[in-house]
Amino acid sequence: MSENLITPENLVYQKTEAMTDRILHYCPGCGHGTAHRILAEVIEEMGIQEQTIGVAPVGCSVLAYYYFNVDMQEAAHGRAPAVATGIKRVFPDKYVFTYQGDGDLAAIGTAETIHAINRGENILIVFINNGIYGMTGGQMAPTTLQGMKSSTSPFGRDTKTMGSPLKITELIAQLPGAYFVTRQAVHKPANVRKAKKAIKKAMEYQKLNKGTCFVEIVSNCPSNWKMTPVQSNKWMEENMFPFYPLGDIKVPEDK
Amino acid sequence: MAKRGDVVIDIEKCKGCEVCVSACPQEVLALAPEVNKKGYHYAVKVNSDCTGCTNCAIVCPDAVITVYREK
Amino acid sequence: MKELRLMKGNEALAEAAIRAGADAYFGYPITPQSEVIEYLMANKPEDRTGMVVLQAESEIAAINMVYGAAGCGKKAMTSSSSPGMSLKQEGISYIAGAELPCLLVNVVRGGPGLGTIQPSQSDYFQSVKGGGHGDYKLIVLAPATVQESVDYVKLGFELAFKYRNPVMIQSDGIIGQMMEKVELFEQMPRVEPDYDWATLGKKKDQPSTFITSLQLQAEEQEKVNLRLQAKYREIEKNEVLFEEINCDDAEYLFTAFGSCARITRKAMEMARAKGIKVGLLRPQTLYPFPTEAFSKIADKVKGILCVEMNAGQMIEDVRLSVNGKTRVEHFGRFGGMIPNPDEILNALEQKIIGG
Repeated sequence: MSENLITPENLVYQKTEAMTDRILHYCPGCGHGTAHRILAEVIEEMGIQEQTIGVAPVGCSVLAYYYFNVDMQEAAHGRAPAVATGIKRVFPDKYVFTYQGDGDLAAIGTAETIHAINRGENILIVFINNGIYGMTGGQMAPTTLQGMKSSTSPFGRDTKTMGSPLKITELIAQLPGAYFVTRQAVHKPANVRKAKKAIKKAMEYQKLNKGTCFVEIVSNCPSNWKMTPVQSNKWMEENMFPFYPLGDIKVPEDK
Repeated sequence: MAKRGDVVIDIEKCKGCEVCVSACPQEVLALAPEVNKKGYHYAVKVNSDCTGCTNCAIVCPDAVITVYREK
Repeated sequence: MKELRLMKGNEALAEAAIRAGADAYFGYPITPQSEVIEYLMANKPEDRTGMVVLQAESEIAAINMVYGAAGCGKKAMTSSSSPGMSLKQEGISYIAGAELPCLLVNVVRGGPGLGTIQPSQSDYFQSVKGGGHGDYKLIVLAPATVQESVDYVKLGFELAFKYRNPVMIQSDGIIGQMMEKVELFEQMPRVEPDYDWATLGKKKDQPSTFITSLQLQAEEQEKVNLRLQAKYREIEKNEVLFEEINCDDAEYLFTAFGSCARITRKAMEMARAKGIKVGLLRPQTLYPFPTEAFSKIADKVKGILCVEMNAGQMIEDVRLSVNGKTRVEHFGRFGGMIPNPDEILNALEQKIIGG
């Protein structure tokens, strides 16, 4: 190369300041990092780093408060929407979000999820659905696909005895309190851009006090799916997306 | 003609997941045969065809890629 | 000017919460404490002070809402009765672990299980010995009157913020349901939080604040525990409350807490009328326990009768305090039954004097 392009005026992309410099503990290729980053980018772009309070779940993203450079609270397993309710009710002018996995949000925390949304709490719920319990080592999740193997469904999920994968996002979209509900992914550049736009929209809607915004991100779990990251993204496209199709599920009618 | 770009990779934070490699339309990136301190084959540039499109950085779960593009 | 009212215990407690400048109440109905949230909803604290009142979908959600609001440095509280309190234990453990201040109220009913809706004191162990998982302590205040229910709301919030620790008012179905004359304190202002530990929104050029009870490194978790234990020793040193009646010349001693202490006081008066020199030591804080007071009085009394509406819970702390210096026996009615003064006096005569 003849000239040096690496100069401050040529800078077009760098890690957002709304994330700390800590090294993420997530496995190589895990979508959590990307999902964290785009949410943090939205917070930085909106200039709301000092007005945002996040709630971390129990699961792989239990330590999310190390990575988001905003004030955060760590909730008990499944209780993030209740904790977020407590925060939002005493600080109605703050931007409040929860960041939860499928086990946290759609199994142990189902009641808190449904009722927070049914009350139309003005919060953003970011829901990472990778169909498995990552943190505890790959057990079956409420969203595990039919026939999908996990350490507690070693022969594949048998829906006769283990129930069917739960489309919680479609379910909560029925609630009047849900204002904007969408399903996205973060494995390819185009998806990341779309997902970020959705998160930005959701954060902006929070100002309107119209209800809960819910962004599902269908993601991967290379370690527990026992694949390379690239393979896991392909598997996700071929298996997860047909059952959990991407796109908006509920859009504001009054917009 | 496409603008020219460049990337800087924080190789010690890179986990070698390879997601950036398949995201690059110019096939600029590959995993190094060497490993970093954590033992990961980190991502490296293998040619000068970068256009600064930011695709690699956007899909990087660990935010290790900084992108530059000529004005 | 004094503001005197005739009020039901639960309602007086709710009024005290508004007046104490509480920022938020999150609750769920359960007998015999539902009047707390009913009173709050009817009296519009949102208009009076800006206090938030919300009926949660469960006790579990309610306590986690308290966690969220308390984490923002706000004066948050919840109330429930025994089965509901069991559901809250996970959240209480997290609150204790994350060192958040809050006020909890347990209007105790008989158990175990769904039990009964009648008054009981059978949650002493749950309140005083932990309840949830991990080595933690609640400050536990035991009112014997509607007046104390009111006063302990104010005191409870003070202690909660002084120590960044959950405080529990352990009431029961008698104190919660009965009406008494009560003097209400004046409205206190709500305070805008400015604590460095609270999530108020990150301050510019400063690291973010986070609330957590998680330490993955054992060395770090031990440090948390050591810090908590040091705090508990401080609480034990500073915050013990108890009442002694007729103890100066006492040859025998009754001890009881809460509503049961009132019945026991009647038994004491009946005993005195018969010439039996008996006193009453009433712990007002169940944790920290009045250990020293018991140890001192054990040197001069011939025996102690611990009267409880349970099968014998506080008696364990009495015995630990007395450390074998004098006899300690238990008399209790439970499952929602309330002892009468005659049977308490009879128990004193049989188990302590004649025993």
